[in-house]
Amino acid sequence: MSKPRELNKRTLVASPYAVWVLAFTVLPLIVILQYAMTDAAGHLTFRHLFEVFSPIHVKAALFSLEIAAGCTVFCILLAYPMVIAMRHLGMKQRGFSLFIIILPMWMNFILRILAWQMILSNNGILNFLLGKIGIGPLQIANTPAAIMIGVVYDYLPYMILPIYTAIMEINEDLIEAAKDLGAGSFTVFRRVIFPLSIPGLLSGIVMVFVPSMTSFVVSDILGGGKLQLIGNVIEQEFTTGNDWHAGSGLSVSLMVFVLIGMAFTSVSKTEGKESVIW
Amino acid sequence: MSDAILKMESISKSFDGKEILKDFDLEIGRNEFVTLLGPSGCGKSTILRIIGGFVKPDAGRVLFEGRDITALPPEKRNINTVFQKYSLFPHMTVGENIAFGLKLKKKSPEYIREKIDYALKLVNMEGYEHRNPESLSGGQQQRVAIARAIVNEPQVLLLDEPLGALDLKLRRVMQRELIKIKQEVGITFLYVTHDQEEALMMSDRILVMNKGIVQQEGNSKSIYDEPQNAFVADFIGDSNIIGGIMVRDRLVRIQGVEIPCVDEGFGNETPVDVVIRPEDLEIVSPENGYLRGQVQSVIFKGAYYEIKVESKGYEWMIQSVDPAPVGETVGLTIDPDNIQIMHKPVSADEEVIRDE
Repeated sequence: MSKPRELNKRTLVASPYAVWVLAFTVLPLIVILQYAMTDAAGHLTFRHLFEVFSPIHVKAALFSLEIAAGCTVFCILLAYPMVIAMRHLGMKQRGFSLFIIILPMWMNFILRILAWQMILSNNGILNFLLGKIGIGPLQIANTPAAIMIGVVYDYLPYMILPIYTAIMEINEDLIEAAKDLGAGSFTVFRRVIFPLSIPGLLSGIVMVFVPSMTSFVVSDILGGGKLQLIGNVIEQEFTTGNDWHAGSGLSVSLMVFVLIGMAFTSVSKTEGKESVIW
Repeated sequence: MSDAILKMESISKSFDGKEILKDFDLEIGRNEFVTLLGPSGCGKSTILRIIGGFVKPDAGRVLFEGRDITALPPEKRNINTVFQKYSLFPHMTVGENIAFGLKLKKKSPEYIREKIDYALKLVNMEGYEHRNPESLSGGQQQRVAIARAIVNEPQVLLLDEPLGALDLKLRRVMQRELIKIKQEVGITFLYVTHDQEEALMMSDRILVMNKGIVQQEGNSKSIYDEPQNAFVADFIGDSNIIGGIMVRDRLVRIQGVEIPCVDEGFGNETPVDVVIRPEDLEIVSPENGYLRGQVQSVIFKGAYYEIKVESKGYEWMIQSVDPAPVGETVGLTIDPDNIQIMHKPVSADEEVIRDE
């Protein structure tokens, strides 16, 4: 008799979470689905779901894909050397460097992007410094490069953290064993450290790729509103366009693509060790 | 030793200001099975790590076949290590683990294939090639680790307490197998352990170490039978260690009783330490023994009884196949051959380790 009661207790403890999920995840999803599959008159239609295939939307989606893929690649290329360097630090320095990496995440996201707008603008700090060494001024603001810098800066910690966790977990003995068997530093990385960090890498990819594809604030501020990511298109459907049905339809189709992508990463994840964060 | 394959010359190493090794010398002959035996923290693992290339000595040289390899990184040394915690790569199968070193050496697939089969057979793990290391037991993992090291045909194999994580029974089995493997592959083994039985059973030569200093060096029999100081006597097996006076050659006074022995050259009336192994003491009737005492306790240990006899404030440990009645006064006798005389310790490292 005690077991069901214990279960009841646990259910009780979980109820705030259940309420939260119902109110802020499930219910909004249902509302969005309902908007997506109806027209202004309230009749059932699938038109909005396929709106993503219209040329202008395809263009935005491809650009989003480009930004997200580029951002993910840059984050990976930046994260690995940083984490490897951190592995060689002492415990205290390691904690401090991790703190430094997380620090910007405590500042407001919009503020950080606005700061980048100042840095990258035509008469901003970057061009001032470049001018000092005789380069430029470069037109960076309102270009895809500016958006790329913004998303990489924003999402880099989300790539570093899971890779950091995975790599710090690797026992030093394994690295010594590899060296003992004749592996130089690069081979140790290629054959031992990298393969063992893949669960972390996959978590990092999911946490960087998806949000950088759907973000719209970065492109709004750093892209000058001219460069449209799929996120911007959706935003405008809701705000300026005031067409909630089209916006919801685009959101749903984007979500489907994201879920398909995630299904692939989770399939390759189950083959290796379990993922670190996701 | 003219045929030394590995030499350490006046190696010193400190960690955080604590001196682990000082002016340490070591010579290992080709095809020898040498064991470094000592309590934890005695510097034995540091020696192995210096030879493996994982630790740089503060001073001194490491010579491999006469060539100075002190500055060489581990991957450039023709030496392989079997680690205590196996350290198998969890993302590779058993076969891939074994092939790791060979692939780096760009050996042909046929050669690697052959070597994997050979090594798995050698360590009695045929059929496990495609298994995941994490699905194996500790003993099996260590076998794979040995195979992984041996396929590279190192000239010296370093073994860092390889059986330390295994249970007693498995350890005994693995000890026999290691001896067999050693004979089969014919390479030099440098073995580190704190298990004295393991050392006595497997080694050609044992170096008993304490506090970074070699206390005694020799084959198993000489280490066991003729410990040179109290530390060695105590560390290798159970011992009765008691202060005595060397009256003259071949005569020692213990607890006021003069007992014949076989040792010479200590001078006359010299204070010494006397070692008597528990299995060498014999319980006899009080009038027939050199020493007399009262039986304090009798514990059945399986193959023998462990009997404690108190005599003039010293508790003698005796191992005997016959029990004795507790409380009874008995005599103790011993063959002159079985008394081992040692000089009094001159430094802390030669003393018995006391449990704090």
